[in-house]
Amino acid sequence: MESKQWELKLYVAGKTPKSMTALKNLKKYCEEYLAGKYKIEIIDLLKTPQLAEGDQIFAVPTLVRRVPVPMRKIIGDLSNEEKVLVGLNIVPVKST
Amino acid sequence: MKASSKKTFENKRMLKTPTGISGLDEITEGGLPKGRPTLICGDAGSGKTLFSIEFIVKGATVFGEPGVFVAFEEKSEELAVNVASLGFDLNKLIAEKNIKIDHIQIDRSEIEETGEYDLDGLFIRLGYAIDSIGAKRVVLDTIENLFSGLTNHGILRAELRRLFSWLKDKGVTAIITGEKGDGKLTRHGLEEYVSDCVILLDHRIENQISTRRLRIIKYRGSVHGTNEYPFLIDKDGISVLPITSLHLANEVSNERVSSGIPLLDEMLGGKGFFKGSSILVSGSAGSGKTSIAAHFADTSCNRKERCLFFAFEESPAQIIRNMKSINLDLEKHVKSGFLKFYASRPTMYGLEMHLVVFYKLIKEFKPKAVILDPITNLVTVGDSREVKSILIRLIDFLQKEQITVMFTALTFPHFIQTNPDEDVASLVDTWLSVQDIEYNGERNRAMYIMKSRGMKNSNQVREFLITDNGVEIVEVTLGPTGVLVGSAREAYNLEKSTGEALRKNAISMKNKQIESRKTILDAKVAKLKSEFELVKDELDRIYIEEQLRNEVAEKNRKELMKMRGKKS
Repeated sequence: MESKQWELKLYVAGKTPKSMTALKNLKKYCEEYLAGKYKIEIIDLLKTPQLAEGDQIFAVPTLVRRVPVPMRKIIGDLSNEEKVLVGLNIVPVKST
Repeated sequence: MKASSKKTFENKRMLKTPTGISGLDEITEGGLPKGRPTLICGDAGSGKTLFSIEFIVKGATVFGEPGVFVAFEEKSEELAVNVASLGFDLNKLIAEKNIKIDHIQIDRSEIEETGEYDLDGLFIRLGYAIDSIGAKRVVLDTIENLFSGLTNHGILRAELRRLFSWLKDKGVTAIITGEKGDGKLTRHGLEEYVSDCVILLDHRIENQISTRRLRIIKYRGSVHGTNEYPFLIDKDGISVLPITSLHLANEVSNERVSSGIPLLDEMLGGKGFFKGSSILVSGSAGSGKTSIAAHFADTSCNRKERCLFFAFEESPAQIIRNMKSINLDLEKHVKSGFLKFYASRPTMYGLEMHLVVFYKLIKEFKPKAVILDPITNLVTVGDSREVKSILIRLIDFLQKEQITVMFTALTFPHFIQTNPDEDVASLVDTWLSVQDIEYNGERNRAMYIMKSRGMKNSNQVREFLITDNGVEIVEVTLGPTGVLVGSAREAYNLEKSTGEALRKNAISMKNKQIESRKTILDAKVAKLKSEFELVKDELDRIYIEEQLRNEVAEKNRKELMKMRGKKS
């Protein structure tokens, strides 16, 4: 898993405060945990609405992780670090 | 400002978008409110998705309004397959850019929520879909799925409110479907947001037979039918059957059609039934109702008029065989195409479905006469009130098409009050009652006309016989004790003929006596005559002798005189 490249897509609708927050948060986590092996693509649906259907986007901002599989989606401004990390499966869940 | 001027315009005259669903536009007087969202709610399997897809398909195919179908539940391919059974070629319409289907998949397992978000993604998708084909109609089926996919309902509610006003601004006529919840129209209270038009679909099972019903709960700014309307889903989509939209303004005919039984025609003013009228034949089991119906079918086929026979009790083969026993050959009519049987068990589907089957077959076959044998069996499917409403609609429909219809109905001797045909009787134009008369250890059939609108009809009870040559109606015999039927009539007739024979016999005896008397007298006369002859002969002889003697004496005397004269 460590060796794999992370492909992340962040869907936004214009430069709203929410999407800016989401992007800022995402960059922060990536630098912290996935430095050097991640790629972030930002898709602005206002410009390319046709792309919304492919990844089944209905809320913004949405973070989509296609690689590594399985696909993961995180909706929201990514303000909760723990949830994002669990959601992206970056840090294996401890114990339980 | 602009909005307020728009509002006053709309207040003057509400614009409507026709749904193309047969019957619904009649109830709503034009369709759904144009440019506004309408909520369709109902239980699972009540037909919401089909209703909305038909709205979209009819919009694209009939009214030239492209539509977007946003499916939260089914994938576009699944949807296409599902509606293909209804004769909608979704893929073709999609390829022609008349319809766009957008499947929004919400998979709880792959979605995580964190922090603030909004549904702009949905708005953008929808807006893109609408703009790409110039859609005028939008369906969101079922938007409530968002509630199960997302945990932050606060955001969701605010976003839905925004979505509906956004749809209004877009000017599209939208249908939003929602699943019925406990004590609420929808599980998540969508009716709070959509307040212009709410339609409830219902799917009820009564006596193990399902009936679908539709009700318009509210329709702001428009008159609409408030009843529950039965509807059904068949291979042509949804048909709503409005009960009250039919008016009593049917044309009537003065033409008459024969019943196939000459004496019955005579009882009905000498000419038979009115064309396009409805006839009820009621009677107890085995009283010959089907035979009367078969005569009617036979005679109309003989006139080269098509006849459609709905049989709910017997199979066509059974009816044909049974009618052969009374010398009615229905088979040849079936073969020549003038007679068509449609046999089905009443329990096969609900009443509404039956009605639509009637409609369809009648439209296809275009008969001049229709027979339903017997309508009482339909009661097994619905209560008598429903049966009546079905029959009202059927009669109205047939009257409009100028088709003569004959119903047969079974009467139960002990349930006269609860019997549906009593209700039906007020609807029909002619009511013939066939009754069993049990008397003196035998059962006989008697027929009389309970009513027959618009014609002089016999008030007489007639005896009704089923013979080897078909149904015969016999003039009643009035005996000294009243109307006589069956063997009583026979006995009376016999007695009458015996009396006559006896009387005849007596007369001939008298004649013989007189004859012999005459012979005797004649003989006597002859004898007297001969006696008289004898006497007469005797007298003659005496007379001649006397004469002779006189002559001789004279002669002698003259001789003597001569001789004396000469001497003297």
